[in-house]
Amino acid sequence: MPKRTDIDTILLIGSGPIVIGQACEFDYSGSQAAQALMDEGYRVVLVNSNPATIMTDPMMADEVYLQPLTVESITRIVEKEQPDAVLPTMGGQTALNLTEDVQKAGVWAEHGVELIGVDLDAVQRTEDRQRFRDLMEEVGLDQGRSQTAKTVDEAAAVTRDLGGLPVVIRPSYTLGGSGGGIVRTEDEFERMVSRGLEMSPVHQVLIEECLFGWKEYELELLRDANENVVIICSIENVNPMGVHTGDSVTVAPQQTLTDRQYQAMRDAAIKAMRSIGTFAGGCNIQFAVDPETGRMIVIEINPRVSRSSALASKATGYPIAKVATRLAVGYTLDELPNEITGTSACFEPSIDYVVTKIPRFNFDKFEGVDEALTTQMKAVGEVLALGRTFPESLQKAWQSLEIGYHGLGADRPVPDRDTVRERLEQPYWDQLLHVRHALYHDASVEEIHDVTKIDRWFLRGIESIVEMERQIATHTLDTLPNDLLREAKRYGFSDAQLAFLLAGDLDDDTVRAHRKKADITPSFLVVDTCAGEFPADTPYYYSSYDAGNERPSSDRDKVLILGSGPNRIGQGIEFDYACVHGVRAAQQMGYEALMLNCNPETVSTDFNVADGLFVEPVYWEHIMNVIDHEQPEGVIVQLGGQTALKYARRFKEHGIRVLGTDPVDMDRAEDRGHFSALLEELNIPSPPYGMAHSINEAVQRASDIGYPVLIRPSYVLGGEGMRIAHTPAEVKRHVASILQRTPDNAILLDRFLEGGIEVDVDAICDGTDVWISGILEHVEPAGVHSGDSTAVLPPHSLPANVQDTIRDYVEQLARALNVRGLLNVQLVVHTDTVYVIEANPRASRTVPFVAKATGAPVAAIATRVMLGDTLANLRNEGLLDSHLTGYALKRPVFSWDKFPDVKQEVGPEMRSTGEAIVFTNEMTEEHLAQPYPMRAMTVAG
Amino acid sequence: MPSESPATLALSDGTVVTGCAIGQCGTTRGELCFNTSMTGYQEILTDPSYYGQLVMMTYPHIGNYGTTPAENESHAPKASGLIVRSCTNTPSGPKGRSALDAYLAQHGVVGITDVDTRALVRQIRTDGVLNAVIDSTGLDADTLVARARNCPDMAGRAYASKVTTQYAYTYNRDNGPTVVVVDYGAKRSLLDAFAQRGCTVHVVPAATPLDKLRSYAPDALFLSNGPGDPRAMPEAIAHARSALESNLPVLGICLGHQLMALAQGMDVYKMRVGHRGANQPVKNLMSGRVEITTQNHGFAVDAGSLPDQGAVVTHRNLNDDTIEGLRYPQHKAFSLQYHPEASPGPHDSDYLFDAFLEMVPNRAPALRTARHGLAVAG
Repeated sequence: MPKRTDIDTILLIGSGPIVIGQACEFDYSGSQAAQALMDEGYRVVLVNSNPATIMTDPMMADEVYLQPLTVESITRIVEKEQPDAVLPTMGGQTALNLTEDVQKAGVWAEHGVELIGVDLDAVQRTEDRQRFRDLMEEVGLDQGRSQTAKTVDEAAAVTRDLGGLPVVIRPSYTLGGSGGGIVRTEDEFERMVSRGLEMSPVHQVLIEECLFGWKEYELELLRDANENVVIICSIENVNPMGVHTGDSVTVAPQQTLTDRQYQAMRDAAIKAMRSIGTFAGGCNIQFAVDPETGRMIVIEINPRVSRSSALASKATGYPIAKVATRLAVGYTLDELPNEITGTSACFEPSIDYVVTKIPRFNFDKFEGVDEALTTQMKAVGEVLALGRTFPESLQKAWQSLEIGYHGLGADRPVPDRDTVRERLEQPYWDQLLHVRHALYHDASVEEIHDVTKIDRWFLRGIESIVEMERQIATHTLDTLPNDLLREAKRYGFSDAQLAFLLAGDLDDDTVRAHRKKADITPSFLVVDTCAGEFPADTPYYYSSYDAGNERPSSDRDKVLILGSGPNRIGQGIEFDYACVHGVRAAQQMGYEALMLNCNPETVSTDFNVADGLFVEPVYWEHIMNVIDHEQPEGVIVQLGGQTALKYARRFKEHGIRVLGTDPVDMDRAEDRGHFSALLEELNIPSPPYGMAHSINEAVQRASDIGYPVLIRPSYVLGGEGMRIAHTPAEVKRHVASILQRTPDNAILLDRFLEGGIEVDVDAICDGTDVWISGILEHVEPAGVHSGDSTAVLPPHSLPANVQDTIRDYVEQLARALNVRGLLNVQLVVHTDTVYVIEANPRASRTVPFVAKATGAPVAAIATRVMLGDTLANLRNEGLLDSHLTGYALKRPVFSWDKFPDVKQEVGPEMRSTGEAIVFTNEMTEEHLAQPYPMRAMTVAG
Repeated sequence: MPSESPATLALSDGTVVTGCAIGQCGTTRGELCFNTSMTGYQEILTDPSYYGQLVMMTYPHIGNYGTTPAENESHAPKASGLIVRSCTNTPSGPKGRSALDAYLAQHGVVGITDVDTRALVRQIRTDGVLNAVIDSTGLDADTLVARARNCPDMAGRAYASKVTTQYAYTYNRDNGPTVVVVDYGAKRSLLDAFAQRGCTVHVVPAATPLDKLRSYAPDALFLSNGPGDPRAMPEAIAHARSALESNLPVLGICLGHQLMALAQGMDVYKMRVGHRGANQPVKNLMSGRVEITTQNHGFAVDAGSLPDQGAVVTHRNLNDDTIEGLRYPQHKAFSLQYHPEASPGPHDSDYLFDAFLEMVPNRAPALRTARHGLAVAG
């Protein structure tokens, strides 16, 4: 069937602020959906409260509503826009739940709005665990034994029936498994059941037979109205059952099932999907397989686009959300082309590489949290790496994580055997690293399998990495045969790892130079959905030391934009938003825009955003490989957060042009000493500060500066390890803890301006002219991290003269730092004096918020300036005009429910995961109400 | 980690790549073809249709879950050699499955691992299929390239005679219809498909004429898959013609399909690059539904030779529009280019066996419900 012509206006619901378990993958799906609907000629009305999204850009839809995701606001939008249909499957569980609420309120029916791409009954069937179980039983699919309970007593009875502990608790109707977990002991039983009951909106939990150690799989399906079904991707969890899929290391395609087992799973998936209802679109199904008996169990179905859909899209190149959207408006799969190969969309991708996803955690932000991984998701982001083999992709994934590793180990001394053994007893975030360490200590695959239950095939893959390590370690760079060097690269070893392993004092640059001389350089291979069977048209690449280059050369001028890597607290979707706009602006200026990023949950890694997409670690060696190959005019580092910025100086040292602000000037802003000298020179007040490298030095500095002092390690993002100390004892305690964690870190001490008002300013400078895009006043007093503050644009309480001073300081700084591009300045207004706290010569978290609030395309303007355009030109084009009337509020959103042991309070360390935008004509008490108490910011607290 | 002993792969166009030996030490040659299925290497190796071919798997890790006799599609590997990127010798899975390397060695199959398979796929995709040699005995490159050049071309080869059964045998006895399978290199899964439906299955050698088939009192005839060029099999084409005219229900698969098409006066051509994989989309033109299918063929029926009468296209490939299924309105017969028995691959097309058996008159075997409820017969 071709597309439906009886509908004209379609409402698309986004997923709202980022929370753990529901991140920017839904910006990816929402953007693809909006684009597909617009391309099909529908009138698209889009609603999402998250300003840091590409999907809420004005050009993404005919009408964009940056409104709360509530029944009331949906009702208002429906009344005004009179949509014919609503597509709720692109905005995660949030959009589905909201759609159900609106349904219950009778709004859809009243206004004749048809639900497309979804079967709400199917959603209910999959969410109500008992109904789901019954249904699976009906169609003959095996299930883990389980039963629901509504009270603790009931839960105890059920647990006895199941044969006692351990059991798994899953609250009904929650996101990312909130409140779920494994109960191993009687002690924790009551507490965990009670919490599960509380978390569930229907006060119900499911108690399950514990499937620990079973293998876990996920299949991504697409289905059309004609009952055609294709499996886009199979995913296998390296961590066996017991760890939430979102927290597991996963690989695609599945590796260890025989064809018979896999086809049985495929049959079961199709059967299960058909049994839950009729809908056209995406669906994912999770399975567990008993490694001993092969018994296969259906765990869960999501009849919508999910986090795994984004992963599967990036893993295979198949645009799941886009195709799912077209299916929702009536197309069948056989009518749609596969945009990658030009063949049919109704086929199952075959891939000839291995994809590894590793979750990224932020436990450092949540003191007191249990770091062992359970069925409740704790990861805040993830990385994706492609390699021709599992070892190659696994090592690339570790290089992508951006936590200081150069691969899977082999870059620092190995912990002793006992530590390793202990660490392997439970699944932690770095389990595979400890598997590697155990193999290094001569543990056998069998032994490790016994402890971890990780499939032998994966363990054997890691063992092959360790074997390669040993071979390399017998050489110096001079004795290393080229064949072995090439082989090591095929196992994913970075130059830094090789420098560590080879005898002699080497660094990665030396290894790199040697390697290039030996002509051992990677190729760029196309992600083509078809294992090379057909030529592909899309510019989506990964590097490998196999198979000759597939990236055609071009003589156009190129610009490389570095992405922001995995999401983490303090650096998330906002930077991806900036990158996507950077790509578009560079394209508008006639450049071939290249994008390098490793975060699968993003729009920037969509294959049709950049002219050349490199899904590669945002890691020195891999960036340099792309630069060597592409020879871009320059690199843009201002858009990808601290991830990209940190390479600026090294680029300059290697003669690579950094577009925009010179790295030397960036350093003047980043380096505390230089920056303070500059402030002094400009006569701009700043709180007294000092730097220390030891505890005693820190105490001395603190007394020089005067209490209270703000203490933090230098070079951090998101306020990691930041504390306020009122006494020398507190200084000692906190500095000791920082030095213990990061021994080489310098310690920064600032006088803390208690009771001050914090102000965030975003500006762009073209070298002469300065444009202030937004001044945000924080509602919470200084001391709460800027990312966790409610902020108001424009300032609601600062007098005009103070605002003038702020503007003046920012303009002076921008010129003095020779900024070309973005500058973010943080200031504190304290007893009528304006102090400058810090300046960041890059995009800030608030760029998308300011852009959405004012209507000025901030990131695009910045990119054009970096590429040589002037603010005067842009002003003439009208791009700098603000369309904001009244105020725009940025409200932080937290994911406290994922960390039940952590106190719900805010402080100098950022803990929010997302944000919402609220527009208002006047500021009221309600707007200024603080959602969480201030954390006792002192070290003692 | 690569094994110790080197091996060489030489192509008739002069390309020479080195890798590591797996399986039997020796020299082997054949047509170099690639298969994009990510699972099912053992089924592929033992599929008799690969006789005379060197199979290159595009998925880089092969051998992950080992091998087991139950996954054989014939009693032993039929492919002439195996080429992979990375062969796993420590398989996952329950005990009792043996490593692929050992399995290959046990059956005398010469293989090579650590080969940059994607580069070769690209070459084949661009230049078309070509012949090649795998050697692990240490012969020099020039000799190997010369041997690859001397390797007989697949076009014109009647290889079915090499893999057909020598003697007729009964595979299954049951109270359902009696199906006589003409074995051009039948996969075990095909025989199982009938056996599972309660059929009595007799398997006869490729050269068996119709009157001999009739001696089994068959309710239906089945022309199997098999290797080689159907155009080089005039006797088999004549038998296919007499089978069609027998008034018995006839189903042909793969080579059997091509033989039936030739018998109806259609042409068969050698494809530049064949279809080999488990993800080929095929549209059933009668139901409008799409099946994800397993395929393994290097020859295809020429759509330009479709007669005005005598054959109707029932299935088409959505990727390249090639003919995937034909119905013969003057007879009780249909034929499929692809493999409804899968093995390896998806089970989407399983219904076609039911549709075929529904053509048997006056028999009410315990048929599975046809999922698509589709009558293929005219």
